[in-house]
Amino acid sequence: MSMQPILKISDLTKTYASGLQALKRVDLDIRRGEIFALLGPNGAGKTTLINIVCGIVTPSTGTVTVDGHDIRHDYRATRSRIGLVPQELATDSFETVWTTVRFSRGLFGCPPNPAHLEKVLRDLSLWDKRKDRIMTLSGGMKRRVMIAKALAHEPQILFLDEPTAGVDVELRRDMWALVRRLRESGVTIILTTHYIEEAEEMADRIGVIHKGEPILVEEKAALMKKLGRKQLTLHLQAPMAEVPAALADWRLALKNGGQELEYVFEAGREHTDVPRLLKRLIELDIAFKDLNTRQSSLEDIFVSLVSERQGAQA
Amino acid sequence: MSSRTFNAYGVWAIYRFEMARFGRTLLQSVLTPVITTSLYFVVFGAAIGARMEEIGGVPYGAFIVPGLIMLTLFTESIFNASFGIYFPKFTGTIYELLSAPVSPLETVLGYVGAATTKSAILGLIILATSALFVPIRILHPVWMAAFLLLTAASFSLFGFIIGIWAKNFEQLQLIPMLVVTPLTFLGGAFYSIAVLPPAWQTVSLFNPVVYLISGFRWSFYGSSDVGVVPSLAFTLGFLLICLLLVGWIFKTGYRLKN
Repeated sequence: MSMQPILKISDLTKTYASGLQALKRVDLDIRRGEIFALLGPNGAGKTTLINIVCGIVTPSTGTVTVDGHDIRHDYRATRSRIGLVPQELATDSFETVWTTVRFSRGLFGCPPNPAHLEKVLRDLSLWDKRKDRIMTLSGGMKRRVMIAKALAHEPQILFLDEPTAGVDVELRRDMWALVRRLRESGVTIILTTHYIEEAEEMADRIGVIHKGEPILVEEKAALMKKLGRKQLTLHLQAPMAEVPAALADWRLALKNGGQELEYVFEAGREHTDVPRLLKRLIELDIAFKDLNTRQSSLEDIFVSLVSERQGAQA
Repeated sequence: MSSRTFNAYGVWAIYRFEMARFGRTLLQSVLTPVITTSLYFVVFGAAIGARMEEIGGVPYGAFIVPGLIMLTLFTESIFNASFGIYFPKFTGTIYELLSAPVSPLETVLGYVGAATTKSAILGLIILATSALFVPIRILHPVWMAAFLLLTAASFSLFGFIIGIWAKNFEQLQLIPMLVVTPLTFLGGAFYSIAVLPPAWQTVSLFNPVVYLISGFRWSFYGSSDVGVVPSLAFTLGFLLICLLLVGWIFKTGYRLKN
């Protein structure tokens, strides 16, 4: 049971009435209890994908099952398991925080449970604001309200569409903490983000979607390892005019007027190539006063993936 | 979790939400129709009505009461139901309804149920207001209540359809202004169609509102322009057409889903 994906997307396509092909062909499995980050530039199809799973957009072809239930034929079962926090701030301005979360819980078919709602509001630092009308709240608070609404019916899957876009640092940190707590309680979380450090910080797995197609789905660590490049920079005691022939085995370059020797290598090879290089340098009596290494961020990986793909298509 | 059964909590949530909106705007919601109706009584009842003959043994002031209630039912039902579903589309909060485990039937029950309740309450308030101005008798109270509720329900459904169809606030007003109000004024709210020249009487028979008002007036005074059975048939027919349209809307996702 636990091995069965909680969300299974097969052969999913979506072409809007305008002719825009938002999703070309998506196959994706989300594992129970994971935090999955969906990365991609604007217009990649992230929101369309989420909206199809949640029932807001009708797919053109393909199937989606949530916990084994089809989203079309068994929508009550799938939708009651899902909580959605959309990208756009949309709240009922005239309602109070309390009535709006109570409404959400009822709408999703759950009997009243003030204790649960209280817990959700406390977790989101909204409890003191429960009697306030939503229109009187700040933008960040409204976003918390939207999260509270999505959690009101105790969903098993939570979709966060760009949860921290335009959100201050404090709220972002709170949100990350909340996501972790939710995961610990067994909730599967799927988030889309532009902030790559967010995916890097939070996600167990990362999917990159580009022009309506997932171009890569990987464990975050594996992705970083597979695609991450590392860079070793040696600050030399004495500048060099050119890379000595004895170091031809390594891909080296002189930088900064010959004062720095730079070695770029695939992540994972630091255990073999780097010690060998350092040993060789000592043998050649090349002294360095300092060294540092840098690992490429997801941002670098993402940019190179997309440009590789564009290059391949050109 | 009730996953396959009727989502009664969902219906109740929508109904309660809509009724709360009614409560928040209680002053406008109640005061406006009451003032409007009172104005009609001052103008048509006192000023003009004094010079009018009785119609079918009913004083003119009392004769117009059923028509005035119908006028309120039409406009308030359409307004409340269309606004109720249009506003979430406008603000974007509709996402929650679309992603919720509520069936089309449950959605309609919540929204249309609330709008029907509101306009039925308003109809009764207008009736009470009228009783302050003119002597009213209701010969068939059960039928009166039935016509009141059926009309409120079908025009709320109609309003719900308009709310889904409308792409902006202007369109929201369009049908009530261009279709419903003229048909109501020409539908015998203020006169019996028997007073019209024969040719216009025939034309009037193509106005569905004539049947709605006539039936309702029959429940008050026992006399009607077209007979109670055609009235009831028209009311139910209109309800059915609206139901079919709503069914089609949800089946195709028309202006709700991409």
